[in-house]
Amino acid sequence: MSALAAKGVTVSLGGREVLDNVDFEAKRGEVVGLIGPNGAGKTTLLRVLTGLMIPDRGAVTLDEIELMSIPRVSRAKLIAYLPADAPVYWPLRVDRLVALGRIPHAGPWSGLNEADAEMTESAMARTDVLDLSSRVISSLSNGERARVLIARALAVEPEVLLADEPVSSLDPYHQLQVMELLQDVATDNRIVVAVLHDLTLAARFCDRIVLIHDGCIAHHGLPEAVLTSDIVRSVYGVETITASTSAGDFVVPWRRIDSGTHSP
Amino acid sequence: MLVALSVVVLVLFIASLATGHVSLPLIRTLVASFGDDPGMLGLILIEIRLPRALLAIIVGGSLGLAGAALQGLLRNPLADPGVIGVSSSAGLGAVLVIYFGIAAEWSLAVPIAAMTGAAIAVALLLGLAGRDAGPLTLILAGVAVNAFAGALISLALNLAPSPYAVIEAVFWLLGSLADRSFTHVWISLPLTLVGWILLATAARPLNALSLGDDVARSLGFNLSRVRGQVVLGAACCVGAGVAVSGAIGFVGLVVPHLLRPFVGHEPGRLLIASGLGGAALLLAADMAARLLPITHELRLGVVTALIGAPFFLHLIVRTRRTLI
Repeated sequence: MSALAAKGVTVSLGGREVLDNVDFEAKRGEVVGLIGPNGAGKTTLLRVLTGLMIPDRGAVTLDEIELMSIPRVSRAKLIAYLPADAPVYWPLRVDRLVALGRIPHAGPWSGLNEADAEMTESAMARTDVLDLSSRVISSLSNGERARVLIARALAVEPEVLLADEPVSSLDPYHQLQVMELLQDVATDNRIVVAVLHDLTLAARFCDRIVLIHDGCIAHHGLPEAVLTSDIVRSVYGVETITASTSAGDFVVPWRRIDSGTHSP
Repeated sequence: MLVALSVVVLVLFIASLATGHVSLPLIRTLVASFGDDPGMLGLILIEIRLPRALLAIIVGGSLGLAGAALQGLLRNPLADPGVIGVSSSAGLGAVLVIYFGIAAEWSLAVPIAAMTGAAIAVALLLGLAGRDAGPLTLILAGVAVNAFAGALISLALNLAPSPYAVIEAVFWLLGSLADRSFTHVWISLPLTLVGWILLATAARPLNALSLGDDVARSLGFNLSRVRGQVVLGAACCVGAGVAVSGAIGFVGLVVPHLLRPFVGHEPGRLLIASGLGGAALLLAADMAARLLPITHELRLGVVTALIGAPFFLHLIVRTRRTLI
């Protein structure tokens, strides 16, 4: 069952076509990895899927309903967006920051209630930041901060989680933890779309991979079908090492192809 | 926190009623003033000191609230009602009616012209900044409006027909709460209340904005509406305040700064606290202006700037490591 779908999405920014007639689809219960070189249009697609950007052409639907026709606040309960390198403008306390994710659920005149506090706490527990709850965000390391911001997105309890580079500043332990968490969120019959740069993690944890190149979907499908040496070579311009082990297959970028042979 | 601030405002309010050239037994006069014959002291209390103290609360509260809301909206600790050009445009309106001599004939001309000036500034600002303006565009548009209003004020002073008009305009621009009556309270109160409501109800979107525009929008807020609400709210209450008091600087800048650590730096919780803080600061500054043993009573804007500027510097030096 197709839940989140984009059809014929075209976006131009400053005269450049960032997305060109892109079709995208994510089903409930799956983690979709959005990969591609820098500037390919991954973040733009994610923002279109969130409803933050209205495409010049094409449309996004959630459960067959036109995304922009869903009222703002209902949409905010359904979809959580986690930007890459998001700023935090004031030195807020961690638990208060995570609680901001509960805003769409609060009534217009009532504050946050017990249930909101529980959701905030459970989101913090899932990203392993409960110890930090009374710390101030500006005093945290990049990795701790990233996990706090993920907790904020989880606190929304969304049907759809759209995460832009959620693991890029994490150490290996927490990268694995967050990827497991994304899988865990998806098994709850939710949809997770994550922009990833780490091909190994993408191959291991995503149910499906969508590879964007120059504003078009270059390839999509199961990880082993997309992350082949040939495809990675032609899109990223790097040679890879792939291996099959008893634990699973993996693909590691190894060497740049000489710039003369790679046309970006 | 809010309770403590409210108590401070109340104490300062009572102290303000008791402060002045004529010393009066506060409680006895208060009781007498509700009777048939208030007497001279009763008149001083009700007709002179009460409106003055009320205006300090109205204007100070507006400046504190608007400063906190604008700093939250623009995510810039340097923002204040002066930055978006509302104060100086209101000042321009007032200077113009003084310049053309209308003020001398009709005492309500100054407040009405000041409010009109503030309204034009907001219309200009929203027009300049456009629908999807970011915080930086808003600040820059505000700086431009501010500079232009300042230039026109200078022009008016430059071309003033008589030195008396210049003195009157300059004194008005320095800001004061002296010799205000209940008429001034009633002029400024309605628009001030509208502004307060607009600003105080923006707490939640301002909190969400701490995480950036995209996240705030993904949490269900229409940012164009939030910007309009805060800018309009600030213009209403600051414009109404400047209209009766003249320009009073630094309150909108310093008070939010001072109180931010006490509310966990949350822009939403800062709003009411900063409003109360602004009221307290202006009550205190107004008392200081009256109490200082100088033959010429100091203008309130001068007092707040004299206290505010060095204090602000001290604050910056002390907090520069934690300043974002």
